Amino acid sequence: MSATEPLLRVEDLCVRFSTEDGVVHAVDGVTFQVLPGRTLGIVGESGSGKTVSALTVLGLTRRMGAQISGRILFEGRDLVALGEDRLRAIRGNEIAMIFQDPLSSLHPFYSVGHQLIEAVRAHRPVSRAQARARAVELLQLVGMPDPQRRVDEYPHEFSGGMRQRAMIAMALANEPRLLIADEPTTALDVTVQAQILALLETLQRELSMSIVIITHDLGVVAEMAHDVAVMYGGRIVETAPVAPLFAAPQHPYSWGLLRSIPRLDTPREEQLVPIPGTPPSLIARPSGCHFHPRCPYAGPECSRIDPRLQPLPDEPEHYVACLLEPQLRSRLWGALRDGATPEQALRRAGEPARAVELPPRAREHR
Amino acid sequence: MSSSPGASTGERAAAPAGERPPVGALVEVVDLVKHFPITRGVILQRRIGAVRAVDGVSFEVRRGETLGIVGETGCGKSTTAKLIMRLLDPTSGQVRFDGRDITRLKGAPLKAMRRDMQMIFQDPYSSLNPRKTVGSIIGDPFAIHGLERGRAQRKRAVQALMETVGLNPEHYNRYPHEFSGGQRQRIGVARALALRPKLLIADEPVSALDVSIQAQVLNLLRDLQARFGLTLVFIAHDLSVVRHMCDRVAVMYLGKIVEIGPSDALYRFPRHPYTGALLSAVPVADPARARERRALVSGDVPSPANPPPACRFHTRCPKVRERCRTDEPALAPKGSGTEAACHFPLTEQEVARMHVVTGPVRPA
Repeated sequence: MSATEPLLRVEDLCVRFSTEDGVVHAVDGVTFQVLPGRTLGIVGESGSGKTVSALTVLGLTRRMGAQISGRILFEGRDLVALGEDRLRAIRGNEIAMIFQDPLSSLHPFYSVGHQLIEAVRAHRPVSRAQARARAVELLQLVGMPDPQRRVDEYPHEFSGGMRQRAMIAMALANEPRLLIADEPTTALDVTVQAQILALLETLQRELSMSIVIITHDLGVVAEMAHDVAVMYGGRIVETAPVAPLFAAPQHPYSWGLLRSIPRLDTPREEQLVPIPGTPPSLIARPSGCHFHPRCPYAGPECSRIDPRLQPLPDEPEHYVACLLEPQLRSRLWGALRDGATPEQALRRAGEPARAVELPPRAREHR
Repeated sequence: MSSSPGASTGERAAAPAGERPPVGALVEVVDLVKHFPITRGVILQRRIGAVRAVDGVSFEVRRGETLGIVGETGCGKSTTAKLIMRLLDPTSGQVRFDGRDITRLKGAPLKAMRRDMQMIFQDPYSSLNPRKTVGSIIGDPFAIHGLERGRAQRKRAVQALMETVGLNPEHYNRYPHEFSGGQRQRIGVARALALRPKLLIADEPVSALDVSIQAQVLNLLRDLQARFGLTLVFIAHDLSVVRHMCDRVAVMYLGKIVEIGPSDALYRFPRHPYTGALLSAVPVADPARARERRALVSGDVPSPANPPPACRFHTRCPKVRERCRTDEPALAPKGSGTEAACHFPLTEQEVARMHVVTGPVRPA
């Protein structure tokens, strides 16, 4: 892929949970990597496996009774094989995570300063006074106004944006090499979101961290990520550097996402093209390609053959898991980008319209 | 834009002129105020202040149009909707519906009036009673208003509604938990349409849904509006969704309207610095454009219990001057199609520098 050694490399990761209803295949053979100083954006909808993948990197799904296979290589060490003690030394130290809802991630009983001091002292043999000085420094780093006073306040005294800053400060306490941000701005208003995204970019430059940002918002990905992985039904269906992913996406699910959101930069009256049906069950998974029941372009082979993630012939960093011919894909996307519906795109690409055999539940959505 | 016969009736222009509802305002809101008291003490409650959720807003909703209300948390957009619906009683001000003052309506006249206005809520999980079948949820409005009497007749009416919103009528006897989020939102839409209301208020109807499902519900709302000549008030925090859906847009900040006008004008040339800041803060799904933009407004929204004096945006405004701290600006036309409440509205150069991204506008 690239000459630089990746900081994190996840190989064929599978995470399963046994439930009363059956085995949930939350993550189903996922491979990705994060290069030093770069940001990987993972996009997908609820249930696509993006959060479980991230939690598993930190070893946080172990106690949830997950069966984990595959490898998670962080600077050469396989985190899947590592014992809980060794993992705890890495978690919060070399790899840190921030979550969507800062209020439920900060302890309401302790002052923000107390929690920051704890985060620092968990990994460093420093005195309380030193840790406190570091806490103030961290709050300053994340743009908290008046950090000397704020350090003794409690989470409920902070606004949403300030809480998210406090949580970022906590994650940065030990200058992690990798920051995993799970929907870090979803609970925030748009002007505050812009502030937090700008802060993450500044911090990345100053501390030369790698970031994994998990989101459902394609705008956030376009703005933040250098590389993008699109997840669907527990798998990565497409991954590429950000520019080609948005300019020439290859997977029908990526097309669906891009054509189903209203955007500020397209004509106002442009008709949205919803993706028919609903996200797949992770217990009774579709055969073949997981997306085929909702794919307007699927042929008969798509329900039988499970496509592997493969590089494009002329773009070695752009991977897609799709059985369609590359030439057909580029003709289809060309038509879709110009506003065609899937049926029109098929017609223009010289293909007969496919009779998508949607299950009855999915059909009524169309 | 393309359209396939089956998929869309989204183009509003498609409605024949003869079927257009009469012009004029369906809803007129005059100087509407809603303050929620803040009290202290358990038994002897003392009033120590008020959350000024809506603090003097005036606007109209024209027949057959979609009016969007946007703003951040606590700006008063949902409270405004509830005041129009008379789910809340205003502290002062007036709501006129269909030419009639409904502000003090009570009892039977209020119930009769409510037939003409319906609401769709954000959360399709908590807005449907889990112990009732879909048939009885959608049929409830008939029962309440004594319409479509008789089981067979009501069932037929409900199934026709289910068909209209794209649900399988055979699922009449199913329970809400058997449906996905998008389908549940369709149930909410069917219930709202049951009485053929004149006004439909949708409060964040898609923000709880997955991205791929949102478009299904947005298209449905546009379809239904065209088919039934509905007047729609669409409340959302997502500016791209509002632009897609709405003919006119009102931007609210801390209980006030700071700018209102036709979508095309407002998105192309925002005049209030807050509108400009909102628009430039939206992440755009285009990496080439995204890299240029930066956060322009610092800090958080102040508390509506203690809003800043004069212009409420002055604490965060990049263009603030002395006058903004002492003299409250009124909504007034600024010569570009919208009305803004600002002493020093944005200029074209400033908007260009803010990297506000807007797409091509439909030719006039």
